[in-house]
Amino acid sequence: MEFTSNKAIYLQIMDLICEKVLKGTWGEGEKIPSVRQLAVELEVNPNTVARSYSSLQDDGIIFNKRGIGYFIAEEASKMVQNVEKSAFMKDDVPTFFKKIQLLGISWNELSELYQQYEQQ
Amino acid sequence: MININNLTFGYSRRKILYDNLELELKEGNIYGLLGENGAGKSTLLMLIAGLKRPHYGTVEVGGHYASDASPEFLREVFFIPEEMTFPNISIESYVGVLAPFYPKFDHTAFFEMISEFGLTPDMTLHNMSYGQKKKALISLGLASNTRLLLMDEPTNGLDIPSKSQFRKLVAKYMSDDRVFLISTHQVRDLESLIDPIVIVDSGKVVFNETLDSITEKLLFTTADKVLSEDVIYLEKGIAEDKVVAKNTSGDVSRVNLELLFNAVLSEKTVMVEALSN
Repeated sequence: MEFTSNKAIYLQIMDLICEKVLKGTWGEGEKIPSVRQLAVELEVNPNTVARSYSSLQDDGIIFNKRGIGYFIAEEASKMVQNVEKSAFMKDDVPTFFKKIQLLGISWNELSELYQQYEQQ
Repeated sequence: MININNLTFGYSRRKILYDNLELELKEGNIYGLLGENGAGKSTLLMLIAGLKRPHYGTVEVGGHYASDASPEFLREVFFIPEEMTFPNISIESYVGVLAPFYPKFDHTAFFEMISEFGLTPDMTLHNMSYGQKKKALISLGLASNTRLLLMDEPTNGLDIPSKSQFRKLVAKYMSDDRVFLISTHQVRDLESLIDPIVIVDSGKVVFNETLDSITEKLLFTTADKVLSEDVIYLEKGIAEDKVVAKNTSGDVSRVNLELLFNAVLSEKTVMVEALSN
């Protein structure tokens, strides 16, 4: 995996796991690779993966069964959606508002476009 | 677990390289050692390995002093130098004479690693290329299971697929009771692997920080994204100006090691101050 974005690597690994949850590649209740396995796979410091896992555990997206490993939590995809939604509201929406103001785009124009999009 | 106290060393008495050097390395970490050419990275590794004796001060690994060169010390330290010398024997015979010095040596892991690197046990060391010798030595070092593994420019001479294999092997064989200390100029080869970062300059350890503490205090980004008063170090580019700035946003950015290195060397005091706040 190439870590191209400007975010810290541990955050990029969290994104990667969340993406797998949203796409259903890793289903709820499913066991995921150990810290070591994922570190080898991604060629990163195991401590970095451990950091990602512990943050995901705090968010309730994965959980640890002592001595067995990490699993995707029930309702994980809903939680990922919530996390992504608040990130979207916090980061993307203000940029979007700024741009429509700058370009003088009206709400009516946008809502028409959105209705077209929904019909497709 | 590794403590360097009050270390003074120079290749001649009049020309001191390290003066009163202090450094502590904690287990469970892959330290990256950075410094300009001639800054003394290799010398520091040799001092820690006990291959050079300091004029003053001590190097202590897990309660044993490097200067004693006791079996208890030597069995816990493995050094992968940049310039390698080998006897003219096969890999298999070499591991046969070397492994007994390392009680925790893992033969199965060793033969797995060399085969992953495309080597076979019957290959003769003198007939191997520099890169192949490096692969054999890296495999020996990782399989030795010593508490301390010192690597001097390990990715030098490795071809493109082997660099990726190297990173996988380091991730695999790193453990909570080991310390890896890797000196390198090839920061891009190891960017996702090394943490904390140690920088040596003019005979001092000028920097020893974890990525966590770096990104908490500093932001690695482009000039247009931060206030100019927060910028500590700037590198002009055609596409964008890269900056190291004070982190006022709380965002956690990816540490650009090249930028960090240049920033530490040119803005030493400001960088240290920004990190200690």
